[in-house]
Amino acid sequence: MDALDLARWQFGITTVYHFIFVPITIGLSALVAGLQTAWVRTGKEHYLRATRFWGKLFLINFAMGVVTGIVQEFQFGMNWSDYSRFVGDVFGAPLAIEGLLAFFLESTFLGLWIFGWDRLPKKLHLATIWLASIGTLLSAYFILAANSWMQHPVGYTVNPDSGRAELTSIWAVLTNSTTLVTFPHTITACFLTAGALLLAVSAWHLRKGNQEEVFRPGLRLGAWVVLIAGVGVLITGDLQARIMTEQQPMKMAAAEALYQTSEPASFSLFTIGSLDGREEVASVRIPSLLSFMATGSPGGEVEGIDNLQAEYAQRYGEGDYVPYVPVTYWSFRLMIGFGALAMAIAALALWSSRKGRRPANRWLWIAAIATVGMPLLANSFGWIFTEMGRQPWTVFGVFKTAESVSPTVSAGEVATSLIVLTLLYGVLAVIEIGLFLRYARAGAPEIETPSDDPDRPLAFAY
Amino acid sequence: MELTTVWFALIAVLWAGYFLLEGFDFGVGILLPVLARDDRERRLMINTIGPVWDGNEVWLLVAGGATFAAFPEWYATLFSGFYLPLLLILVALILRGVAFEYRGKVDDDRWRRRWDACIIGGSLAPALLWGVAFGNILRGVPLDTRHEYVGGFVNLLNPYALLGGLTTLTLFTLHGAVFLALKTDGEVRHRAGRLAALLGGPVIAIAGGFLLWTGVRHGDPAGWALSGAAALALAGGVAATQFRREGWAFLATGATIVLATFALFVTLFPNVLPSSLADANSLTVTNASSTPYTLTVMTWVAVAFTPIVLAYQGWTYWVFRKRLTAEQIPAAVKESV
Ligand code: HDD
Ligand code: HEM
Ligand code: HEM
Repeated sequence: MDALDLARWQFGITTVYHFIFVPITIGLSALVAGLQTAWVRTGKEHYLRATRFWGKLFLINFAMGVVTGIVQEFQFGMNWSDYSRFVGDVFGAPLAIEGLLAFFLESTFLGLWIFGWDRLPKKLHLATIWLASIGTLLSAYFILAANSWMQHPVGYTVNPDSGRAELTSIWAVLTNSTTLVTFPHTITACFLTAGALLLAVSAWHLRKGNQEEVFRPGLRLGAWVVLIAGVGVLITGDLQARIMTEQQPMKMAAAEALYQTSEPASFSLFTIGSLDGREEVASVRIPSLLSFMATGSPGGEVEGIDNLQAEYAQRYGEGDYVPYVPVTYWSFRLMIGFGALAMAIAALALWSSRKGRRPANRWLWIAAIATVGMPLLANSFGWIFTEMGRQPWTVFGVFKTAESVSPTVSAGEVATSLIVLTLLYGVLAVIEIGLFLRYARAGAPEIETPSDDPDRPLAFAY
Repeated sequence: MELTTVWFALIAVLWAGYFLLEGFDFGVGILLPVLARDDRERRLMINTIGPVWDGNEVWLLVAGGATFAAFPEWYATLFSGFYLPLLLILVALILRGVAFEYRGKVDDDRWRRRWDACIIGGSLAPALLWGVAFGNILRGVPLDTRHEYVGGFVNLLNPYALLGGLTTLTLFTLHGAVFLALKTDGEVRHRAGRLAALLGGPVIAIAGGFLLWTGVRHGDPAGWALSGAAALALAGGVAATQFRREGWAFLATGATIVLATFALFVTLFPNVLPSSLADANSLTVTNASSTPYTLTVMTWVAVAFTPIVLAYQGWTYWVFRKRLTAEQIPAAVKESV
């Protein structure tokens, strides 16, 4: 493997890993803020216990989100220096703005929230978690604007002298049509993820009859969040598919392994055949669905891979413009499938726990507990689809992945960092999951009334 | 003033802020095995920086992001050129960050001892390596005509840069000791004060030596002036530690760090990464910069939001201004119901 392949593996591994923690941070920070608001407004103790309980899980997750994010920011320069040179003028701005507007807000107010339980007045303390939560949303917006620019570059020109991209309108970059659909799709997916976490952990406790007063509302809240966010994910995903067909038709064709231009085009739920989907042995198809997803009309024309390849070769010069089809085909389906499965389980859980009832079926309990992993998988597949479907480009139609890699960094160096980071991430995953389970099992804490002694122990300390 | 100069100055401010704030975080981590006698005291030390370390680290992220946006060539060459040291720094920052959060979450001695090792190593390594990196930036590194770094890893290990590393390491340690003397009460405060008083002499020798060497190499008048001011601040700080004037000592070591960082940046200007092969290959504020449009946009954002950030970060320090004592550290966690 050369430095390019290794750098791609590293980017893929570290980013997907980062994005395990990110959706939980984004979704759970808002849910914890909501629970704390309920406590401040009603004074009911079970809300406070829920805030403390989910807050602890949130912090265990947040720590990993922070430290894996640092790697992301550094590796653009380390592994992708020619990319950084080419796009810095455009791409650097949202990244820097993200740091100044979002990361400071997140980290500072979260510090205040963690340590501020007995130092700040109740309402001010509540405001700190909301500000941290807003910080996570801002952070998502700016980073997704940066990423959307790679999918659909706008507001720039390429300077013929320097051969670099130069920003001409920051407004165009921040209101990129791609950003405007990617942001709600990703954020609703984040809420789906956090909702599934609530649902699963609550189900685990309820099944044993632990702390009904905390985990029954937890189960219902989680299931509702999964369902509502899920509908949002479906709607925004549909919009995204249409925009993508317009902007990156090859990605849509590869998502369906559609080689021949078709009108109308059917959508296959799954296919058994050759790996690249050229030959098909058996498949289950829904007529016209792909046409509808891609164009909004059941009879619309969807361009095929072969046509597009010929067209791109003419426009961009000889070369292979087809992404790796087995991955795009399956990741697209798995994204949708795992999300839909989580929603179905949430709906069942809601139904069977209605009006104080208790789900009787053992398998439903198990399914509810297993829901925790499904949105995480759906998220990963979504990103893998988005990023690998864009290949061979890093900036679609403008700059290729092969041109992006650092020219002076050796394969040995990239291999070193790939191995070091992967091993480190592996070890940390084991520790994190262990800790998470330990605290999830422990259940919600009892609340002690604090004393007024100025030298009393801190309410929270590392 | 040219926008490129403004952004060079802003990046200098970001690094100065990072070293000022994470400087004492690193110092606290490094001193963990030196100043604490038992677990409660170790937790006391860690909790002095508990609420703020993450916000402090963001200064680095913003410095990196600002470099990417304002001087993409600098970001690209620097980060790909200093590959292995940066990887080490990344590993250190990852372990340190997770350790703060996870150390107290399981009541077990072995668990805590391992995370302590992560905090200590994760503070030591960056405190040393940032100095080595800046030493190399000032000294100049082999850049070819395309401004690419063509030296190896070993190239980065030269006496001047290593002295730079020792400077940041010892200075941050002193800064951390002074910080602990200011933020704690009881035994740890006493020990930290004593240690700070002891460290003064060696730090003056090492940091003074590095600044002197820098001045002699480059002979930049403004650099000399700032170095002189940094040296005065350091001398004042060391004097204050002898008399246990903790507030003054902290102000002085903070000023030393900020002034010394400015001295390095002023000396570097207008280069951002000089080439040791040929002057024409050097990266400068002009040939490494973004376009005026991008710089203008970034300037507006910085003007609008930096004061807000400074205000709420400052407020955080105000909220947590009280000294901590070992008695205030709650008993080890019981995570069970
Ligand atoms: C959709 C959202 C999203 C996406 C696509 C990414 N991140 Fe992220 N990132 C976040 C959402 C986020 C967050 C929610 O703001 C995090 C997660 C946990 C956390 O602490 O903040 C975060 C943390 C985080 C941090 C640490 C901030 C701190 O110290 O507080 C850095 C430096 C980055 N990220 C950088 C990146 C880069 C360079 C990415 C692109 C490759 C990236 N992230 C993808
Ligand atoms: C702003 C955010 C992002 C940016 C700027 C970005 C940019 C990049 C770049 C530069 C590459 C390397 C070139 C390549 O091999 O394609 C890449 C690849 C990749 N990214 Fe992203 N990415 C972002 C977010 C994400 C996220 C959040 C994920 C998933 C969680 C992700 C998943 C991947 C994967 C899986 C690859 C490897 C694809 C391959 O095999 O080449 N990306 N991305
Ligand atoms: C009917 C259901 C869905 C449709 C039609 C859909 C559609 C899409 C499309 C077209 C993209 C690629 C956008 C691009 O590359 O430009 C995408 C990306 C993505 N999807 Fe979905 N999606 C669905 C369900 C889900 C679910 C259930 C999740 C997770 C819980 C999810 C998470 C993601 C993520 C994280 C990305 C990458 C970020 C982005 O580009 O927005 N999606 N989705």
